Amino acid sequence: MTDPEGPRGRRVVVTGMGVVSALGTGVPAHVAALDAGRDGVAEMDIPDLDRLAIRIGAQAKDFKGEDRHSRSELALYDRTTQLALAAAKEAMEGSGLEISEELAPRAATVIGAALLGMGTIDDNYRQVFQEGKNRVHPFIVPRLMNSAPCSFVSMEYGLKGPAWSVSTACSSANHAIGQAFHLVRSGGAEVAVTGGVEAPLTFGTMKAWEGLRVMTKDACRPFSKGRTGMVLAEGAAVFVLETLEGAKARGAEILAEIAGFGMSADAGDIVQPSVDGAARAMKGALDDARMGPEEVGYVNAHGTGTAANDRTECHAVRTVFGAHADALVISSTKSMHGHALGGAGALEMVALVHALRSGVLPPTINHLEPDPDCDLDVAPNMAVERRVSAAVSNSFAFGGLNAVIAARRFDG
Amino acid sequence: MADAATDEDVARKVIEIIAEQAVLDPSEVRMQATPDDLGVDSLGLVEAVFAIEEAFDISVPFNANDPADSNFDISNVGAIVAAVQGLVREQKG
Repeated sequence: MTDPEGPRGRRVVVTGMGVVSALGTGVPAHVAALDAGRDGVAEMDIPDLDRLAIRIGAQAKDFKGEDRHSRSELALYDRTTQLALAAAKEAMEGSGLEISEELAPRAATVIGAALLGMGTIDDNYRQVFQEGKNRVHPFIVPRLMNSAPCSFVSMEYGLKGPAWSVSTACSSANHAIGQAFHLVRSGGAEVAVTGGVEAPLTFGTMKAWEGLRVMTKDACRPFSKGRTGMVLAEGAAVFVLETLEGAKARGAEILAEIAGFGMSADAGDIVQPSVDGAARAMKGALDDARMGPEEVGYVNAHGTGTAANDRTECHAVRTVFGAHADALVISSTKSMHGHALGGAGALEMVALVHALRSGVLPPTINHLEPDPDCDLDVAPNMAVERRVSAAVSNSFAFGGLNAVIAARRFDG
Repeated sequence: MADAATDEDVARKVIEIIAEQAVLDPSEVRMQATPDDLGVDSLGLVEAVFAIEEAFDISVPFNANDPADSNFDISNVGAIVAAVQGLVREQKG
């Protein structure tokens, strides 16, 4: 268990974790809510709410970026960047990692975000299109660009190694974390600060999502009979990844081991998921981790609460895990923190790490009754106390882009 | 602004904008102070120029790529005030 080398390269561990979500600011608040099965979805507090048909969302209501940054910083930081920086701060402080001059060029930043700085876009489109203004603020581009969170995190911590932003719709964070993991494993970097973020709760973005006709008006009920769709969320989670050897050498507390990462494309429909694509990504993650399906005790599902995803995902899980599918727990924490798009996989990674460490597997809340198409143990409404040694987190995005991460409990 | 602002109005407003950027009270902004003296960096200058354009509805020939090359003297507060007064007279007088 202490060999620094795994079957595919250097072993990679998580030494720091930070999160902001509708469940709270900071890991303790967020995981306490997961354990308690608290629902973070509520009526939103955003401009023009009355013009929206869907008024609920998972909003990080107690997160006030204005209280955390100077005036000149706020001029450059869309809420997306603010969330990412807050999560990165908690992760970096928790890890205790110091970015020395020597380490800096070997420190990577890989952040997933599906969209742009939507608050900045909404505000300025409103001014230009609705109010007819001809002159716009000079910082709109750095605020709204998809790579802004990556850039600002790298700048804040002096991370001078490989740095890039990943955008694959709802799988962005898993792709980012997975790529960062592969980079450190293969020696492309010594450490990586990685995760995902989204701040999509703006009038314009909500209007666009309403058009998809997949949003629920009452609650997010993954896997449940009578589920009526997804709930949008904002949030960010960031992780510090290091080699096992490096982490041990500096006496860092190790939260979990990232063991494998699998990717696939459905090459099918632009919005309907495919069993085959999902199964190949899960199998890919297990193979990459040299993990047998029977080792996996917990699956954090993509579980958006739409009719299509949940059904497809359960079939894919049965395909990959076979008879063992009945022995594991698969839950969707989106039922609690909502669907944070580019941040989803990151929020879910927090749940994964917490499940491995604590032996408390988060529930799928708002579950009314079992759906025969989703006949797995979905931990309905109550957390399950079970110590598991390995877990998998699924992200299956619109457009058929799938990314799955496999992790192991780290016992020392 | 209905009438073109007077030179005095312009000076007061420009100093207010620069002070805001520097996070200072307007009374602490000296005419001889350079942007550097006030801790206003290149991004801060770009923001100040935008605020000045908005305040007076004028167009400022400021080249963010090469500030020294602009037809707009930013060497110190007094120079900026004089430049804006000139532009207001030109564009709004």
